Amino acid sequence: MRAFTYTRAADEQTALSAVIRNPEAKFIGGGTNLVDLMREEVERPNEVVDINGLPFSQIEELPDGGVRLGALARNSHTANHLLVRQRYPVLSQAILSAASPQLRNLATNAGNLLQRTRCYYFYDITAPCNKREPGSGCAAIHGVNRIHAILGTSEQCIATHPSDMAVALAALDAVVQVQGCEGTRNIPIEAFHRLPGDTPAQDTNLGHEELITGIHLPALPFGTNSLYLKVRDRPSYAFALVSVAAVLELEGEQVKNVRLALGGVAHKPWRAHTAEQALLGKPATAENFRQAAEAELQTAIAYEHNAFKIELAKRTIVRALLTLTERHLA
Amino acid sequence: MSFTIEQILRGDVPRVGHRPPTAADPSLVPISLRVNGQEYHLQLEPRVSLLDALREFIGLTGTKKGCNQGACGACTVLINGERVNSCLTFAVMHQGQEITTIEGLGQPDDLHPLQAAFIEHDGYQCGYCTPGQICSAVAMLKEVAQGDASHVTSDLTATQIELTDEEIRERMSGNVCRCGAYLGIVDSIRDVYEQQKGQ
Repeated sequence: MRAFTYTRAADEQTALSAVIRNPEAKFIGGGTNLVDLMREEVERPNEVVDINGLPFSQIEELPDGGVRLGALARNSHTANHLLVRQRYPVLSQAILSAASPQLRNLATNAGNLLQRTRCYYFYDITAPCNKREPGSGCAAIHGVNRIHAILGTSEQCIATHPSDMAVALAALDAVVQVQGCEGTRNIPIEAFHRLPGDTPAQDTNLGHEELITGIHLPALPFGTNSLYLKVRDRPSYAFALVSVAAVLELEGEQVKNVRLALGGVAHKPWRAHTAEQALLGKPATAENFRQAAEAELQTAIAYEHNAFKIELAKRTIVRALLTLTERHLA
Repeated sequence: MSFTIEQILRGDVPRVGHRPPTAADPSLVPISLRVNGQEYHLQLEPRVSLLDALREFIGLTGTKKGCNQGACGACTVLINGERVNSCLTFAVMHQGQEITTIEGLGQPDDLHPLQAAFIEHDGYQCGYCTPGQICSAVAMLKEVAQGDASHVTSDLTATQIELTDEEIRERMSGNVCRCGAYLGIVDSIRDVYEQQKGQ
């Protein structure tokens, strides 16, 4: 690991000044991903700005029935908060399916959004990687790409976003609250992460001189009928091959409201708008769920080792929706 | 060759991979850590992980380095009672916090109930993962007592958790044992859980 200067920020202004002064400085929250990347020399900040002293650890109920998650609230605290467990079970389940208890105790909500891909070639500093070193090429496209993306890829990058939490946030229409030197702004979760296009080095639309302060979960009365279904190589402590965050509201046997987001398939949490549109007003049947899944995966592209993800994604969508339908009818 | 903790703390001991600290070295920062109830005043580079600070600079070698990338759990310690991977965090970030290592949980003549249970139930073979397993299990039982859910908890709204073997396995999945002593580990934890419940 390269040497760096350590700064502990006492407040937002100090934190922002540090990154404005130094374009190579990085914030550290839990550090579970950053420390690892620094050890591998994928990340080489010459200054690390510790923001753990900032007052962003609260989880609070909002007057409109929504919930605000502090940027520095730990993943474990967030997943186990009763407001989250009761109102947004899909989010609790997503967080609890990720990493290990030890990691979730360190990892922060903002850090979870900003974690970087686990593409092997991104981590291997001897391999070409457009994300790590723009213009060097992509070793994954013709390499071992079993864990890679099938939706929204580009010729530059086929990496996936590794977060489970962010997939649930996509289904919940969460909003990321950001502080910059010129004020605050709100970034809808769908506009927060990016597709790779020609600039895969840029994972998100967050600026270097911006700090995440919180995540707003809008009120969602039907959020209680929600589910995170994660398919992985072993039943615990593994990244998703495919995951589905689903929220379903039925009126009788018809779909009144549905939210679907996929993980493990794209460079960002993949909100399945096509499938959602196809389901609105339709009877909640396995056949309709399958058709909606087919429509969503229409544009999927398989690489040498990950073709299985296309069928897996369809079946995971169907199973998630059938499970929620059964729960509703029970 | 052996050294006293005082010598290590003074920097009299040559260490592989680390320059001997000198007062004038600008890369060093003063770091105070409270470990097992005792204060340690160190001069470290900010890049020293909590794990390396404990083992190489304080001399508490009970905490183990396995993968050094957060995958194995051998480095698990408690910070303010919560379990964390000490390899994935910098020592400088944990000043003023209460750090507990396996040495602080029990000693050979005064074992922690989980240490005694691991011996009773053969919860290890080589023992390398054991300090991490035990620190992890101590915090895990506290999480269960406070009603924390896990990935296999079917009813998220329930605040009373019944610690089944499936729950123990899921909640301990961040601690890997290459000898495969998992059956003994689960037995040890279940035993202590039952003891605590009976109290």
